[in-house]
Order: sequence, then structure tokens, then C-alpha cells
Amino acid sequence: MEKTVLMKGNEAIAEAAIRAGCKVYFGYPITPQNEIPEYMAANLGKAGGTFVQTESELASISMLYGAGGTGERAMTSSSSIGIALMQEGISFMAGAQVPGVIVNMNRGGPGLGGIQASQGDYFQATKGGGNGDYYTLCLAPESIQEACDLVQLLFDLAQKYRQPVMMLGDGMIGQMMEPVCIKEPEQKEYDLSWATRGWDGVSRERAIINSHYPNPDDMVIQNGILQEKYRQMEAEEVRYEEYMCEDAETIMVAWGTVARICKSAIKSLRNQGVKAGLIRPISLYPFPYAILEEYAKKDQVKRFLTVEMCAGQMVEDVIIGTKSLKPIERLNKLGMMSHTPKEIADYVIELEAAEKEGK
Amino acid sequence: MEKLFTKTTALTDKPFHYCPGCTHGIIHRLVAESIEELGLKDKAIGLAPVGCAVFANEYFNVDMQTTSHGRSPAIATGIKRALPDRIVFTYQGDGDLASIGCGEVNHAAVRGEKITTIFINNAIYGMTGGQAAPTTLLGQKTTTTPYGKDGDANGYPMKVCEMLAAHEGAYYLERVALWDTAHIIKAKKAIKKAFQYQAEGKGYCLIEVLGTCPTNWGCSPLEAFEWQKENMLPMYPLGVFKDKGGEE
Repeated sequence: MEKTVLMKGNEAIAEAAIRAGCKVYFGYPITPQNEIPEYMAANLGKAGGTFVQTESELASISMLYGAGGTGERAMTSSSSIGIALMQEGISFMAGAQVPGVIVNMNRGGPGLGGIQASQGDYFQATKGGGNGDYYTLCLAPESIQEACDLVQLLFDLAQKYRQPVMMLGDGMIGQMMEPVCIKEPEQKEYDLSWATRGWDGVSRERAIINSHYPNPDDMVIQNGILQEKYRQMEAEEVRYEEYMCEDAETIMVAWGTVARICKSAIKSLRNQGVKAGLIRPISLYPFPYAILEEYAKKDQVKRFLTVEMCAGQMVEDVIIGTKSLKPIERLNKLGMMSHTPKEIADYVIELEAAEKEGK
Repeated sequence: MEKLFTKTTALTDKPFHYCPGCTHGIIHRLVAESIEELGLKDKAIGLAPVGCAVFANEYFNVDMQTTSHGRSPAIATGIKRALPDRIVFTYQGDGDLASIGCGEVNHAAVRGEKITTIFINNAIYGMTGGQAAPTTLLGQKTTTTPYGKDGDANGYPMKVCEMLAAHEGAYYLERVALWDTAHIIKAKKAIKKAFQYQAEGKGYCLIEVLGTCPTNWGCSPLEAFEWQKENMLPMYPLGVFKDKGGEE
């Protein structure tokens, strides 16, 4: 039954996955996402699925590859360091076209870093991450409600594209509590004639899950299939939110929880008569380049401001999107520190003042 | 005329790529015959390793997944947990299983995963050109132990069956060889039993087959078997290391 309840982010995401038909979940403990495997351990079995606590994230992603290769709905979750360890398997899933859902609750880095929220995994999540030419479809929520909706959507996108897909959250999404209404989506049926489920020898071709193409001619064909799929995702799966952009002179670009802080800053700026807005990429790959170009071409827009909880990674996509038609300012925070709305609002006022003074 | 022999349909007609005298071909056939004779062909899902048997997906005539190096037992776990009534097997060499995949095979055994592993121990890396494996014998010359394997510098030979026997979740572990018809028949019996146990829903089963690598050992196929008896057998004795089914 769909009703609104107060839940911790990680637990809500796990419940949303179960309701989306997740049949097998594989996970290794790492903060700040431990409530996902814990919730799965307590509840997935009751829902007819199977939970496995793995010996490592390398094993988690390998199990996801195996389970995904049967066509069953499968998921793993981890945080930054664990996701780094999974890159071998993610690359194999991409190469062999295996569906599977990966949740990353981004924490501080590099190295062991710390357990609080960060956006330092943007490059890893959106530019491939492992070896070879591939992308992982990546969605980023700004709230627990959106996290639940997106993780359910990801189960379908994984099947539709036969792709590893990722939800990139952060420690804040995982750890805070919010009211949430978790849906019970209808489960679409997908063609599973490609999946390794045991072969009767007649009803279809023998299924082989494979990313091994030693002959360059075959590798060219396989790479072409993958690239065609990425172009299709770039055409059909771009998602973003425009917030108070219509008359905005300053357009912030931010994703995830930082975008939410930007919205508070924008409300405060609007009260002070400052015309600010936000474009919030929801799909980090494929990135919403076109809408940025559209706004960059508008006379009213004086500047873009990227706000990130890292040294500035998404800004590279903003440069590509805006084609540098307008100045791009950056307000970044490192070390797992989050911005306050006032910091962001004050910075926009400073930028405006500097421009008026002709600096 | 009476038909005396038919090749198992659990193998494709693709010619093996293996070197002359290599034992992979015999082992492939024993595995495929076992699957077919037990009536498990339409339920079987096999995993091809990274190593000499990297093309196993082209030889076993069942649904197959190719795998990342060493991860087969984890990948098999994923398949088996998603589809518990299927028959899932991994086919792994000593670099794949004993070196890079040592963690995955141990934990599959610890969890008692209901899968079957065929482990080929030939004391060397074949595909990459004869480097030292964890199973390489002391004194054995390889391309990465050119002066002979030295325990203190390179490590000591790893005994996989003995190691896995420590795990409660391991159900059946046996080491076999292929020197002659009698040994091949015995190996087939062990492999078949490992699949039979999986079909009965028992725990983790691994059959270690002592394989040969004339190419990288630098000898003829016949000399390879003699070398194996003389050098590998003392370190890797044949026999059953665990059989929970036999204890009952």
C-alpha cells in the first residue's frame, strides 16, 4: 500500500528497490550506506528475494554480473571506495551488456577519505570509471522521495538498455529522514532471450554473456553496438529540472543535495530582488548539455555558477554545455563540507556587485 | 552396424584451440559427458575463466558466461542465487582460482554455495606464457622464476583442496589425475558426483584435476605425465579431501 511515511534515506531506497521487484541484492558493509544491506537482510527474503552479504565489493559486483546475466532484477550498493573496487565488474557488465542497479552513496575522498557527504565521485560515475569505452547511466536525486522514484526507474532502465545503471546519492541522502511515499510500480516484461537461464536447445539461440572479443573485427562490431546504445540514451534519457530560470540572470548548476541548498539560496536572493535560477541535472550521464546551451544563448543570462561539494568536476560538463558563451563561476567546497544557503546567496550578490563595479 | 560411441551433445563441434598434449580437452569432455548423462544439460549454466580455457564458452554447448579473472565463484553465486534450481559450474585454472580469485573461491566454499568448480592445476600460467603460479613447485623454472621457484622469495606451493577442506561449507573436494584410462574413469566419476551433489542441493563441490602443460613445461605430452607423477604428485596427492555425502 502506498502511504506517506517517515524513513531514513538508505532504508527507503532499499524498500523502493524491493517494491520495484529487486530479486537479489549483494552488499558489503561500508558507511554511509549500511542501512541498505541491513534493510535488505531483514526484508528482501520476506518479499521472496535473496540477500547475500559478500566478502568484498569485488564479489558484490561479480555477483551482480552473474545475477544480471540471468535477466533477474538485481542490485548492489556501496560508497565511493567500494564503488572504486567495483569498476572491474562495471566495465564487464557494460561490455557484456548485463543489466544491474548500483547505488553509490558518495563519501569523502580520495583514499579512505571520510564518511560524510561529498560529490567527488562525479568523474568516476559519469565518465566510465573502469577500462574501455563505456558509460554507466547515472541518475542523482536531491531528496529521499526522488531517490526512491529514481531507483525504481533505474530497474527499468537497466533492463531496457541491458546496462549497468547507477544512482549517485551522497551521505546526506543516505542518512537523513524525510517523509516519503514509496510507489509500487508495475513491472514491465522484457525480452530475456539473451539471458543465461538454461538452454533447451530449441526455443532460442544458446545464450552467451560475453565481453571477450579477441578479433579486432568483432571488437569493432561490439563497440559499435555499445556506442549506438549510448547515443540512444543521450537522445532519450536526459533528465533535469529548471528552477526559477525564466528571467534569471545568474543560473546556478548543481546536482543532488547541493542543488537543494541552491534552491534555498535562490529563494533568499529572489526576496532581495536578485534574479537567480537553477538548472539541476538529474541524469549526470547522459548530461543535459542542450538546456545549458539554450540558456547560455539568452541575452538575459549573465553568468553561470556551478556549486559542487568537490574541487569542481561537473563544471567540465557545464563548459561543454554552455560552449563558454557566458562566464562560468565556481563555488566549490571540499573536505565533506556542505554549503549554507547564505554562503551561496552572498556569493551571487558579490558577483553582481563586482560586475557593476566593472571588476 | 552398432553405434559404439557418440560425442556428447554438451560439447559444440568447434575444434579445441588447446596445445598438443594439453589435458583441457579431456577435462572438457568429462565435464560435458557428466552434465549430459545426469540429464542436466538444459539446466546448466557454465562460466568460462580467464586463462587457457578462456574460449570455454565456445566449447560447452550450454548457456555460458565469460568472466573477469578469478571472479567465477562470485559470478556463479550471483547466478545460483538468482536461479536456485539451475546447475551452475565454474571451470578455472590455477592462476584464476588460486591466485587472483583466491578470495572468491574461499568465500564461495565458506558460504557453501551450491555450485560446482572444476579446478585445473598445472602448476603454471599457460595462456600468458609460462609464468609462476601459486601452485608452481619449489625449484620449478618458469619465466618469472627463471632460476627456479624459491620459497622465501616467491612463496610456497598452494594446496587448494587442503585449504578448502577447512571450510564447513565445502561439501565435496577431490583431487584427480588423467595419466591413463583408469585415472580418467576415476576423474569422470568424481566430476559426475560433484554435479550430482549440486543437483541434490548439496553444498560447495570442487574437483581439482592435475593438468599438464607440455608447451610451458618444455617437454613432450608423455614426458609431461612422467614429470607430473614425479614432481607434482608428492606435493598434490590424489584423493578425497572431503565428502560429506560419503560420510552419511
